[in-house]
Amino acid sequence: MIQAIVFFPLIGALIAGLLGRVIGHRTAEFVTTGLLIVAAVLSWVVFVGYWFAPEATEGAGHAEATKVVVLEWIHSGPLALDWVLRVDTLTAVMLVVVTTVSSLVHVYSIGYMADDPHRARFFAYLSLFTFAMLMLVTADNFLQMFFGWEGVGLASYLLIGFWYKKPSANAAAIKAFVVNRVGDFGFALGIFAALMILGSIDFDTAFHNVEGVAGQTMRFLSWDLDAMTVVCLLLFMGAMGKSAQFLLHTWLPDAMEGPTPVSALIHAATMVTAGVFMVARLSPMFEAAPIAMNVVFVVGAITAFFAATVGLVQNDIKRVIAYSTCSQLGYMFVALGAGMFSAGIFHLFTHAFFKALLFLGAGSVIHAMHHEQDMRNMGGLAKKIPITYWMMLIGTLALTGVGIPGLPIGFAGFFSKDAIIETAYAVGGNLGTFGFWTLVIAAMFTSFYSWRLIHLTFHGTPRPATHGHDDHAHDAHGHEHGSAYDNAHESPNVMLVPLYILAAGAILAGFVWHEEFIGHAEHIAHFFAGSLVVDEHLVEAVHSVPFWVRASSTVAMILGFAAAWYMYMVDKTAPARLAAANSGLYKFLLNKWYFDELYNFIFVRPAFWLGRALWKGFDDWLVDQTIVEGLGNRVKDVTARVVRLQSGYLYHYAFVMLIGIAALLTWAITAGGLLG
Amino acid sequence: MTFLTDNILTVVTFLPLVGALLLTFVGGGEDENSKTLARWIALATSLITFGLSLWMWSRFDPANAGFQFVENYDWIGTSIGYRMGVDGVSILFVVLTALLIPACILSSWSSISTRVREYMLVFLILETLCIGVFTALDLAMFYVFFEGSLIPMFLIIGIWGGKRRIQAAYKFFFYTFTGSVLMLLAIMYMYWQAGTLDIRKLLAFQFDPAAQTWLWLAFFASFAVKMPMWPFHRWLPEAHVEAPTAGSVILAAILLKLGGYGFIRFSLAMFPVASEMFAPFVFTLSIAAIIITSLIALVQTDIKKLIAYSSVAHMGFVTMGIFSGNVMGIHGAVFQMISHGIVSGALFLCVGVIYDRLHTREIEAFGGLVERMPRYAFAFMVFTMANVGLPGTSGFVGEFLTMIGTFQVNTWVAFFAAFGVILSAAYALWLYRRVIFGGLTKESLMGMLDLDRREIAVLAPLIVLTILFGFWPAPILDATAASVNLVAENFGKAIGATGPLVAAAH
Repeated sequence: MIQAIVFFPLIGALIAGLLGRVIGHRTAEFVTTGLLIVAAVLSWVVFVGYWFAPEATEGAGHAEATKVVVLEWIHSGPLALDWVLRVDTLTAVMLVVVTTVSSLVHVYSIGYMADDPHRARFFAYLSLFTFAMLMLVTADNFLQMFFGWEGVGLASYLLIGFWYKKPSANAAAIKAFVVNRVGDFGFALGIFAALMILGSIDFDTAFHNVEGVAGQTMRFLSWDLDAMTVVCLLLFMGAMGKSAQFLLHTWLPDAMEGPTPVSALIHAATMVTAGVFMVARLSPMFEAAPIAMNVVFVVGAITAFFAATVGLVQNDIKRVIAYSTCSQLGYMFVALGAGMFSAGIFHLFTHAFFKALLFLGAGSVIHAMHHEQDMRNMGGLAKKIPITYWMMLIGTLALTGVGIPGLPIGFAGFFSKDAIIETAYAVGGNLGTFGFWTLVIAAMFTSFYSWRLIHLTFHGTPRPATHGHDDHAHDAHGHEHGSAYDNAHESPNVMLVPLYILAAGAILAGFVWHEEFIGHAEHIAHFFAGSLVVDEHLVEAVHSVPFWVRASSTVAMILGFAAAWYMYMVDKTAPARLAAANSGLYKFLLNKWYFDELYNFIFVRPAFWLGRALWKGFDDWLVDQTIVEGLGNRVKDVTARVVRLQSGYLYHYAFVMLIGIAALLTWAITAGGLLG
Repeated sequence: MTFLTDNILTVVTFLPLVGALLLTFVGGGEDENSKTLARWIALATSLITFGLSLWMWSRFDPANAGFQFVENYDWIGTSIGYRMGVDGVSILFVVLTALLIPACILSSWSSISTRVREYMLVFLILETLCIGVFTALDLAMFYVFFEGSLIPMFLIIGIWGGKRRIQAAYKFFFYTFTGSVLMLLAIMYMYWQAGTLDIRKLLAFQFDPAAQTWLWLAFFASFAVKMPMWPFHRWLPEAHVEAPTAGSVILAAILLKLGGYGFIRFSLAMFPVASEMFAPFVFTLSIAAIIITSLIALVQTDIKKLIAYSSVAHMGFVTMGIFSGNVMGIHGAVFQMISHGIVSGALFLCVGVIYDRLHTREIEAFGGLVERMPRYAFAFMVFTMANVGLPGTSGFVGEFLTMIGTFQVNTWVAFFAAFGVILSAAYALWLYRRVIFGGLTKESLMGMLDLDRREIAVLAPLIVLTILFGFWPAPILDATAASVNLVAENFGKAIGATGPLVAAAH
């Protein structure tokens, strides 16, 4: 069954990709979508199996994962790596997330991409992505995970650059791939170090050996450092790249150049959560590296805060949601860093529903507005596209975490996000206090920018297109902008049905599954059955935080909502006044803390400059013109004077070689080998 | 059949020469018929050679670490002889050469229209000489093949090359000549010491550690230029730019591998003490190659030059892996050489495809080709990704193994080498974007045609191999494992290290 789940998308990708022109777009769409729906249904079957797993397996606590060996891979020296599909609870959760969102996005794309002349290729890429992502979550060793990791990177590259005529899309695609490679640089070194320290890069063997190396040091570069800390931090660097954490986040907003269904699938629900999955999968290793855990915690908190601040002022509807994604990923890492791995995975799980819902909803808006993405040019759309409006509203309620504190009643985000905020508090100490307050403030910002989006897009009165399409002129269709509002139309059912399903998830996912992920410690341990580490003390501590901590995120949410209401519904000049009063801060946020400019200045331009200097200066001038041609001229002088042969260099060469062989033979003979 | 079994290496090595001989009698006319005849004779000869090399591979015993299919006849006393044999390290290079020559001949089918017979003849001679390098088990024969292979290459660049071909050919000569003189001296010294040039006996002979230093340096001079290692690489971009497509293919895919093969067979195996001593030096140059030439590749304006510089960077992984001295490193180096043979050969073929249509290699001249050439865009994408070292392509396995092998020896080296992972993505995708993506706006590109059937026949097998070996590298890794383990084991013994990695090999 697991083979079917993983390989059906691959088969779909191959059919649509290689035969797309033969079988036609429509067939390609149906084949890929159909295969994915089958995979999704099978995934739910697998998941339900783990959900209702009999109590009997609990005693061991470490139920064996199901493994299916597919093919031999790299065998060399101490390495023996095979392609193996591994299924346990953690994988099952990811299977459900990946195949569900992917199949819904496939369905949605049938409507969204209906006019595109390259639809078959698009669906091939989507399915290829799904295959790579499934290989990632079913990996049984570091290297297969790395395969999936890079595979989703490739698919992401292809999909961001899908509209290959747009220079901005091409640039974003390359940026995404290269920035991810910076993370992979760490990931790869982490794998090398893991082999050195743990003696194996099979998960089970490596985890088994963690205990033996606790406290050991290793020589990394020129320093002796704690071995597990080095390994985990290097691996975490990969996670930071893939999950767009602070410092390696710059590619994610630009990735919005890709078609919107891609943003929903790859840059919200699945690929970007790969880093979270990785840390959870490697939880036995991270658990043994407290310093690395603290780093994960701090990086997560900073990202959650940083991305939320930037999200406050963005005008592109997709970029707001992109920064929101970045911020929510930060929340997940805080949970992981605190040691509450199940809470991180829970937020991953619920986030997949409501963030995919928001993106697909945004796609529906963009579709309705004929590829308009600037929220300043929208407004009052609630009347025009009511269903989309309601769906976006549900997504927003889930994202901001609406619920009743103290009672298990609320939207999905209420359960998972609040659990993380409580976890941060439960960690205690300076670290916990820092994490807690950062996350509460970020929650307030989250609420503000989410409602700002809703108000700007759906409420108020329509605003004509006054803001130019500065750097993202995606208008391949050439509609008149002035009439975009009048022409706005609700999306077809093929796009709306996926929204309904995701909305159901956004409402219910938290309520239904909170016990399994963040309930009593023994329930969590039973559900995950050893597939990730459960810290019982921490879980208890989280459950016994004071009531004001529980209520804090709800208060923050209400504050954010109130501010957004006031600034965008009551006093509509307030945002402009505020921006003018704090123009420095506003620009700082609008320009995303100037990270792009900074990186361009310290990495990109020097790389090109160095390349040119090394090429023209060292290679061409020094080596070639000065040394080689200088020597060559001397040689030419000598040969011209001494040899005076009327021949090309070829003959010199053959001649010298012959002399050489003759000399060799003479040597052989006279040195006694022959005659002696 | 017994004749074939007993003399398979002689047959595989010299069959192309027989074809060349045949070409001296027929196909010399300037009319179209004789040209076609010359092409078909060359193609048939190279295909039969390829078939025989596959047959040989199928009969190769991967569990045997020693030399197989050995032919051993004394020639001048017992010291110099006609000796041939292959082991796990060399056999696949024979197959690789035999695979790529037909691809070269096919790719030159219509792009070479002057002196067709001579062209085909030179290619067949080149095939014999290249295969000979890998099959020779006598140092004198090795030297003749090794140096001899330069002559046909020199002719290919000098006669069928571009505008600045004479200068490029001259530079090619200048560099390699300098190295080979020193190697010749070293060979003579080795003979003097060991009393034989039989490679198998030399492998068992223990050279005096003091002498090893000088011998190592002399061989290094030749192999480092051939690889080419930074900073001896400057001839390569120029030779590539001027060489016709098929010349570039052979240069990148086969001739560069002679150096790597030499490092494993001679430097590492015969002078282990010196290899250990010079390893940091080689590591330094390897890292310089990986980082510096990658940066240079980033700013190239000529497609061929860009790929040539990227070849130097990829060869940096090979030298690094070899001198890590452990199983994974050497295994990875051999794999990387085979893989790079396929991938870089294919990349140069891809450049040839658009060069044939537009007669320029300037990156600026292209853009938006995907519009008119979707099949080409797909092929180029596969090879670009293999060049980037994406897992699932053959390019990944070698890079990964060399780096993980080196990490166990020296973390600094692996750390710097890993920058190649970032830089290769940057220059390769940047190239792809400028050539393939973007709008198709240039007037001259409007009439570009997609791959024709002949071009597909050349590229499709290479695509299949690139992806196949990425997912299932076992055919290459298994065939080479025993011999690589032996090399690593001997190296470990010689330098007195019995680290866990060396021990784990057995």
